[in-house]
Amino acid sequence: MAMTVSQKILAYHAGLESVKAGQLVNAKLDLVLANDITGPVAIKQFEKSAKLVADPQKIALVMDHFAPNKDIKSAEQCKICRNFAAEQNIENFFDVGRMGIEHALLPEQGLVGAGDLVIGADSHTCTYGALGAFSTGVGSTDMCAGMMSGECWFKVPSALRFTLTGKPKKYVTGKDVILHIIGLIGVDGALYKSMEFDGDGIQYLGMDDRFTICNMAIEAGAKNGIFPVDKTALDYMKGRFKREPKIFIADPDAEYERQYIIDLSALEPTVSFPHLPENAKTRENWGDIRIDQVVIGSCTNGRISDLRAAAEILKGRKVKDGVRAIIIPATNQIYLQAIEEGLIKIFIDAGAVVSTPTCGPCLGGHMGILAAGERCVSTTNRNFVGRMGHTSSEVYLASPYVAAASAVSGRLSSPEEL
Amino acid sequence: MKVKGRVFKYGNDVDTDVIIPARYLNTTSESELASHCMEDIDAEFVKKVKNGDIIVAGDNFGCGSSREHAPIAIKASGISLVIANSFARIFYRNSINIGLPILECPAAVKAIREGDTVSCSLDEGKIFDETTGESFTAEPFPPFIREIISDGGLIKHLERRNK
Repeated sequence: MAMTVSQKILAYHAGLESVKAGQLVNAKLDLVLANDITGPVAIKQFEKSAKLVADPQKIALVMDHFAPNKDIKSAEQCKICRNFAAEQNIENFFDVGRMGIEHALLPEQGLVGAGDLVIGADSHTCTYGALGAFSTGVGSTDMCAGMMSGECWFKVPSALRFTLTGKPKKYVTGKDVILHIIGLIGVDGALYKSMEFDGDGIQYLGMDDRFTICNMAIEAGAKNGIFPVDKTALDYMKGRFKREPKIFIADPDAEYERQYIIDLSALEPTVSFPHLPENAKTRENWGDIRIDQVVIGSCTNGRISDLRAAAEILKGRKVKDGVRAIIIPATNQIYLQAIEEGLIKIFIDAGAVVSTPTCGPCLGGHMGILAAGERCVSTTNRNFVGRMGHTSSEVYLASPYVAAASAVSGRLSSPEEL
Repeated sequence: MKVKGRVFKYGNDVDTDVIIPARYLNTTSESELASHCMEDIDAEFVKKVKNGDIIVAGDNFGCGSSREHAPIAIKASGISLVIANSFARIFYRNSINIGLPILECPAAVKAIREGDTVSCSLDEGKIFDETTGESFTAEPFPPFIREIISDGGLIKHLERRNK
């Protein structure tokens, strides 16, 4: 039976020769993840029903959403996770000082890699598909069951195939690729399905572009997004990934529900307008959008390439009067690298503020909440009603290039306009 | 398992941020979450909702975040059933796991109006609009999923099974 990459990884972890779309399988997990919002719900359930976790090495708890804690209640949530990690000997407990945004941190720390099967109580867990892992978001109950048993049941997904061809133009990034695709297929265009990427255009996408693309697979409703493992991915994992990468390749006759050919060379900087990620538009349809804030960061676009792109635009320029530009390196290691490369100085000289790693404003938590009627160009992943603050505020999803250019002009702008 | 209540009707792509805004995710208290349920899409919801009421919505209900707080808030607000054209996958799984009954039934979604009184037999997937007299059939869940829901969720189901 011919299989997709996602199906092969599920079959391997379920101990089966082959699986087919729609089949229910029980599979062994390499890692189970939760954060300071979803962790406490899982821990409360766990403590009612079990004593010891199946394998403390296969659990990661990352305090990133409302940390450093924004109020007493969120401090209590982190405390629940901290106490649990200590009781259960969970070494991969990432508190303030060690923590970063979970989906940037776990690949950086080598906790996830090619061939892995990962569930996380966070919808953007699908990010690790960039390294050739099958990883998917679940709720707290599934996370709890994963901690108890080290296993999870899955319905084997069918797949959509995205063949990427050609070389993207200057200022066209992974963010533009995924916003274009979500615009094409809609926010439920890949519901319950895998999004499998291939094609000769992949060689032009760096690791950070691929993380961004897989990160937003959930915004098309997908169960997972996954890239082939090539030299770029192997180089990233070298000296980092704690296990041997396992490379799975789709069978030549694997079945896909549909194939899309995406010519990367034809793409333009793309922005998703409020209030759905599928409202993707290129420059000619942006109109004149005056803005109040820019956010550059998050699990989608807070990595070193993203900060370099922002610095390329902001170097020697100033953030427009009346605009707040908030830049959030996704992990401490990225933050340090940005300092060493002189990027942080460029940001501060330009009049931006640089925050400690946190999910913060992306989900309307803290560190940059919008007032009524305010508009933000953000490199984050969702622009739902009220996502970053007041229900009448607006979020425009964009690449770091577009976000930085907009910070300078005070209007939604492409870098070419500066 | 039978449910009956008045209908709150919403459109497509109702996301988890409007079901329970992230600013309230600093708690796991079910009653506190329920007190902000649907706040950013329908500020009147918590004032009007009564035990047993039913939500009817379009495509992709519950899209966005994996927060289990979303189905928890809906269930704790008194809602007995959500009927939609389709559900986002994490929300779908979370609803079963915490014991919130859900059904996919586009014909019912098309016909049922805001404020109608609707009853439903979850075991058969039979939906009856008592206001208009129309009836609809949804694909019911297989027995093992129905058992999880009627036990009040996966963890309670496992506890009962292990007794």
